[in-house]
Amino acid sequence: MKIDPKLDTFPKLLMNRKVLSPDSPAIREKDFGIWQTWNWAHVCDEVRNLACGLAAAGFRRGDKLAIVGDNRPRLYWGMAAAQCLGGIPVPLYQDSVVQEMEYVINHADVRFALVEDQEQVDKVLELAPKCPKLEQIYYDDPRGLAHYTPKNLHTYDSLIEDGVKFNAGNPGYLDSEITKGSKSDISVILYTSGTTGFPKGVILTYHNILATVINSIEFDSLTEKEECLAYLPMAWVGDHIFSYAQSYVAGFCVSCPESGETVLHDMQEIGPTYFFSPPRIFENILTSVLVRMEDATWIKRKMFDYFMGVAKRCGVNILEGRSVNPIDRLLYLIGKVVVYGPLKNTMGFSRMRLAYTAGEAIGPEIFEFFRSLGINIKQLYGQTEASVYITVQTDDKVKPDTCGPPFPGVDVKISDAGEILYKSPGVFKSYYKNPEATLSTRTGDGWVFTGDAGYFDDDGHLKIIDRVKDVGKLNDGTLFAPKFLENKLKFFPQIREAVTFGDGRDYVSAFINVDLEAVGNWAERHNVAYASYQELAANPEVYEMIRTCIEKTNQDLSADSEIAGSQIKRFLILHKELDADDGELTRTRKVRRRIINERFTSLIDALYSDSSRGHIENVVTFEDGRKGTMIADLEIQDVSTFDHMKMAS
Amino acid sequence: MNSTTTPDVQTYETERVREFTKLILEVEGIFVSFGGVKALQDVSFSIFESEIFSIIGPNGAGKTSMLNVISGFYKASAGTISFQGNDRTHASPEQVARMGFARTFQNIALFKGMSTLDNIMTGRIVKVKSNFLKEAFYFPALAQEVEQREYVERIIDFLEIQSIRKTPVGKLPYGLQKRVELGRALAMDPKILLLDEPMAGMNLEEKEDMARFVLDVNDEFGTTVVLIEHDMGVVMDISDHVVVLDHGERIAYGVPDDVRNNKDVIRAYLGEH
Repeated sequence: MKIDPKLDTFPKLLMNRKVLSPDSPAIREKDFGIWQTWNWAHVCDEVRNLACGLAAAGFRRGDKLAIVGDNRPRLYWGMAAAQCLGGIPVPLYQDSVVQEMEYVINHADVRFALVEDQEQVDKVLELAPKCPKLEQIYYDDPRGLAHYTPKNLHTYDSLIEDGVKFNAGNPGYLDSEITKGSKSDISVILYTSGTTGFPKGVILTYHNILATVINSIEFDSLTEKEECLAYLPMAWVGDHIFSYAQSYVAGFCVSCPESGETVLHDMQEIGPTYFFSPPRIFENILTSVLVRMEDATWIKRKMFDYFMGVAKRCGVNILEGRSVNPIDRLLYLIGKVVVYGPLKNTMGFSRMRLAYTAGEAIGPEIFEFFRSLGINIKQLYGQTEASVYITVQTDDKVKPDTCGPPFPGVDVKISDAGEILYKSPGVFKSYYKNPEATLSTRTGDGWVFTGDAGYFDDDGHLKIIDRVKDVGKLNDGTLFAPKFLENKLKFFPQIREAVTFGDGRDYVSAFINVDLEAVGNWAERHNVAYASYQELAANPEVYEMIRTCIEKTNQDLSADSEIAGSQIKRFLILHKELDADDGELTRTRKVRRRIINERFTSLIDALYSDSSRGHIENVVTFEDGRKGTMIADLEIQDVSTFDHMKMAS
Repeated sequence: MNSTTTPDVQTYETERVREFTKLILEVEGIFVSFGGVKALQDVSFSIFESEIFSIIGPNGAGKTSMLNVISGFYKASAGTISFQGNDRTHASPEQVARMGFARTFQNIALFKGMSTLDNIMTGRIVKVKSNFLKEAFYFPALAQEVEQREYVERIIDFLEIQSIRKTPVGKLPYGLQKRVELGRALAMDPKILLLDEPMAGMNLEEKEDMARFVLDVNDEFGTTVVLIEHDMGVVMDISDHVVVLDHGERIAYGVPDDVRNNKDVIRAYLGEH
């Protein structure tokens, strides 16, 4: 797809749509149970009137328009209208509480607000007295608002009416305003929901977004025939790119669901070809499928199980175009007719050409489930500061535990500390009114710190391991990511808790807590008698079992040259379960390393000596609150490690 | 960002000013008895058009009996009821419904096997003007169906129950069934909406939702709402006038603030001191 470089802002692209494809659908919304569609010509006119309405109300270049609500066509149009006038839309999370909204509206110097309904109007009116710069408030859905009297509260329709009058009185005004826009102007300010401190306003220019979007359209060969569902918060950069920017550039139609609860149902009706979602949605879809299969008749269940087995065997290979033996291929074809097809239809995935998941790691089994059905779901690593794209999996080579190679136009490097840095045309201009944060996040020559630690595997795919502040180094310089290793260990049902050591040491070693339920079960079945956790934990056969688990983990780790050095060399099984009452875990069951280092010093020293036993004495708190001293002699075992070798994939 | 202080400045007044002038329903000296039990004794009150009127009282006070008299299920042994100035004391439930009275029940009375949509559609029956010929042919029947469906979709949107449009109501949680029942009553496009304990058995959040819907119905459509409630808190917040019954007698009547401080009411709810 060729994009005219003169069309360097969204308003220009939009007005051009009226020439290119006036009758193609631009946006849909399900209202009163029926899908309403607006074509590009209509959207252009509506945005024009809306922008003129804002102009009549005094909206000038550089003014901010806050946008609050669920994904609604009128709110998207509001964004475009603000941009037409050289203003800046500031979408807010619709579920944020009044105090959060107040901060953003004040910080962004918002003068105008376009909100969805009574719920949002109530919030805005509550914060208005504390936001002296906020002047006019417009709302889309008048329900429940008939008796509201504030003079600066207006309906969307009145704004359009004013716009029609203004446009008639000042023909050419809007077109000249649109022409004044250029690619270096600010396109949008997106506030990131910081986990600590106040949110930061990320400024993205038209150039940031358009350069990235044009690359992405080429990369995934998006056309104006795509169908996509806009259901993620408008304040989130993903939605801004996928439901707004890409739609305006590629010209595809975006559908707004009826309500938050009907998304999955609306998705089935729309049958999107292009879909974006955090892993949680895919998990939900899979769970609901499995639950419904439980209730199905036995013959359906049998068919489902059999053909899902076939899909597991060869589905991914077929999707990625590798050779598959003819019998499997035939079985897959039959499966497609009797199971996969109907299944995809109920999930709304029938027409799915491309689905992305991002935000956090997706479970490998969920990922494989969708891919084996022939759905091209891929992972992406991105940030608001990068206009989303940093690395993306390619269609022909998808490794479930990586985020793929760098996206076209993006340079990614790993710092000495193991932190991921990137540089791209999409890199944000700055944080709004926060030069310190801008300086500490982006270097002078344009590299941005992500705060995530990761490395490239031998195929050049990026693997994210942890937040960089949690990652350490072995003495020989090998990356040591404790949480990454511990999560790998905890993946075994026999292991309930694991603590690894290695920062500033020669090798990695581990404390293990066995899972009393899983291991106890095993003990019962194998006639292993035990009276307490302590006794079970010291059992030689249990040691044997755990050693096998760790060896498997080591084998996995050896496949990657970057982390092959952090294989676990020695371990012991703790005589007691790590407990929040003793301060070893937080109440949410996160390991408190400092406390563990203090309480188990003698054991850690033993792990890094030649001895095969460690001695420990410490105070424990019993469930009734009494305290006692626990003395134990624990066995320490060595684990075999593996040389790094490239696994055939 | 997680400050819990709420702003104490509220310069924007969103309270509505409410004045009522026109009476819609007058209940005068109603007596009802079942054998020796006197369910209602000499109860009188008047309801204004477009107000929210509540009938409250302890268990067994006669609230539901009063509602049943208004909706025509029970016949009063003495007294009169007039609607918009006309006497309707002896009207049948069917006639009452056609006059523009709709009600919900204390124990939900929906068709459990039917979807939300179909249940609400049944509410349109009183509004369908049809005949054998219209029903027998495809296109006239279709037009009829489309017209009614449009109306029902507005109600579904209003009550925010889009996600359960096609779900059989038997599968829904209690709070949502209550909302569907309200939807069916609204489908009758009522002049007076009679709600029998719409918030009974609900948790706080469901109660607040329901209270908001009742207020919105009243606001948007100007429907007069007659509410029976056990829970004083909610009622006092949303009602314009309240009548309190105890042992079948009227013990208080007026605006919520007066009723709240009435000694008889406090005694009826809290017992003798």
